[in-house]
Amino acid sequence: MSKLNLLCAAAVAALAMPLAAEVHRVEPGQGAQERLQEALILAQAGDEIVLGEGRFVLTDGLSLDVDGVTLRGAGMDKTVLDFTGQQGAGEGLLVTSDNVTLHGFAVENAKGDGIKSKGADMIIYDSIRVEWTSGPKATNGAYGIYPVESTGVLVVRSKVVGASDAGIYVGQSRDITVRGNLVEFNVAGIEIENSRNALVTENIATRNTGGLLVFDLPGLPVMNGGNVILRSNVVKDNDTPNFAPPGNIVASVRRGTGVLVMANDGVLIEDNAFEGNATAHVMVIAYTQPYDDPRYNPYARNVIVGPNAFGRGGDDPQIDGKDALLAAFGGSLPPVMWDGIVEDDNGLRIAEGVTGWTLNLSKPGQSLAEAQPGPLTLTPLESWAFPEVGAPAELEARLK
Amino acid sequence: MKRGRGLLALACATFSGALAQATVLESAPVNDAAITGTAFPRVLSAYGFFQDGRAQEPAARVYPYALNTPLWSDGAEKLRFIYLPDGARMVADGEGLLRLPVGAAIIKTFAFGEGADRRLIETRVLLHRADGWVALPYRWNVEQTEAALALAGGRLDLVTPAGEAISYAIPNKNQCKTCHSKDGQVIPIGPKARNLSVRWMGDMLAAGALDRLPPGGATMPMWAGYTEQSAAAPFARAYLDVNCAHCHQPGGGASNSGLDLRWEQGDAYAIGVMKRPVAAGRGAGGHDFSILPGAPEASILLYRMDSNDPGVAMPELGRSSVDRQGVAVVRRWIAEMK
Repeated sequence: MSKLNLLCAAAVAALAMPLAAEVHRVEPGQGAQERLQEALILAQAGDEIVLGEGRFVLTDGLSLDVDGVTLRGAGMDKTVLDFTGQQGAGEGLLVTSDNVTLHGFAVENAKGDGIKSKGADMIIYDSIRVEWTSGPKATNGAYGIYPVESTGVLVVRSKVVGASDAGIYVGQSRDITVRGNLVEFNVAGIEIENSRNALVTENIATRNTGGLLVFDLPGLPVMNGGNVILRSNVVKDNDTPNFAPPGNIVASVRRGTGVLVMANDGVLIEDNAFEGNATAHVMVIAYTQPYDDPRYNPYARNVIVGPNAFGRGGDDPQIDGKDALLAAFGGSLPPVMWDGIVEDDNGLRIAEGVTGWTLNLSKPGQSLAEAQPGPLTLTPLESWAFPEVGAPAELEARLK
Repeated sequence: MKRGRGLLALACATFSGALAQATVLESAPVNDAAITGTAFPRVLSAYGFFQDGRAQEPAARVYPYALNTPLWSDGAEKLRFIYLPDGARMVADGEGLLRLPVGAAIIKTFAFGEGADRRLIETRVLLHRADGWVALPYRWNVEQTEAALALAGGRLDLVTPAGEAISYAIPNKNQCKTCHSKDGQVIPIGPKARNLSVRWMGDMLAAGALDRLPPGGATMPMWAGYTEQSAAAPFARAYLDVNCAHCHQPGGGASNSGLDLRWEQGDAYAIGVMKRPVAAGRGAGGHDFSILPGAPEASILLYRMDSNDPGVAMPELGRSSVDRQGVAVVRRWIAEMK
């Protein structure tokens, strides 16, 4: 018997050698949960799983743990993974393997997060839609597209609607590009948190509470976020009242915030178009909460606001003392709002022509009641150097 | 090509199973090749872990064991076994996981109902193969004669011992790994020396199945012995370790939360005291801290333990109802915390 088993084992092992990639088709309909999950489990590295057109009605979260798999639907409005009846798991789809490509499908009404990829290096999200279809509600899931603890992240041509935290959230990761996406009716449109080397470009962030957020928070395994570029985005009419469940850090984001930088080392904001953000087009602040973490730096350092197109904004700031502020600044606040808190001589820098105002606070966590608002009087930079950042070229090449 | 491979593996497994059955005399040997091979055997009997599957009567060198403080799974009865190949033994590594050799397996059967009404639901196996551990779920048939591989998991309706009608979830293969992973590798969770009894370890030592009695062993409390007169802290910390820390530790599935609920974690902030949520979303329930000392009702950790709502409930996997006793012990611990 053992000889026979050895023989069988050897035969199976021989067949397990790398093979040409295969394509597995999964269609919606009866038993979709088990058929799709089984395909995700049995796929081999390099395989492609093709999702048919239609609505996959799912009862539990899905997960993928095989390297190099492509999950491809017929398009973000044609192939829908419907989690409205989800009974378990913390997200719609969980990816925990490397070199995965997600392309052309939608995740609707996941009970927790939409799609989470954790420790999944070199991942592409392309033409994905994640949506909570009843509009902005506190009971919606937290994050739509949620890569975390990963190196090499590319999120392109995707759309997230209704996330009760951030539409696209990249956390504790490196070498990131978020490009050409539409995020609307989320609390935060796009959030880069505790991450390094991120390029956020050519996105449209509209009708969120806040458009683009760059945060660094204490008490996490990965900190020291920085080297983030926000370039050539449209950040417009972010006017949805904050619907985040209380207790979360984004619950403190004021309606009408365009860009919010909190803590971080190195953020460049340039060539964006801002319009209709009633609190501030750009807000740069230190971390506001008490913390106990000697590894953490709460200051916003080396933040550069370069040339941007600043349209109407700052005309209905969700800030105490709004009327006096508006009167003092002639009806609307200038586009850049800063708390004035600097660690050394490395706080906020601006390009020629950028105007703003400052709270003139001096230390992180200081009460807003102690603010002494005044115009920004920084000497404009003539030029600056900033590292080029983003997803590895190899990842871009895979997109083509 | 690939389909051919699957069929071949199936044929091997079936053939081995048939042969194993043909040679049943008194205690048939466990099928070592099924454990160490590369295939996923389609049926539980292919391994030969049991002389009588329905009665859960183990074969030779399949050792039953119990945990001082067990993981709670909707109140399921759990029958746990460790299989050691001929001549192998477990190596104690301090208070932590017993080290099991390649070729070993851990088997856990989930059952509901008492006595003659006992119904086996699923058996989960962890196989120690040359390239690491593999976790597979098997679902018992209605006749209780066989359990079949359930790679994609499944659901069934049942009534828990607490009398709640639930949709019980059998995890899929990936969900097995969600809990059983550290730094991307599948590992066992349960058999840590600190959570095993001295008596069992003594028996294993005497049987030559364990190399020594480790210092730091058997330090976790016997959950079944909890009373309101017990100190809450050791029970609560043991409960959180066993039920939560497989994900909530560095390298675990929820490492990005920064919450570390392991038994040995001595830093109050790391276990959640005055720790703000990171990615909890509505799971925070409007509360500011994982644990607010003296205020269990304002503590996110308790809120999530006490919820049945997917997207809020913790653990995310492995339960469809609330563990009233677990919640009560953790509530008391937080209430008494200064």
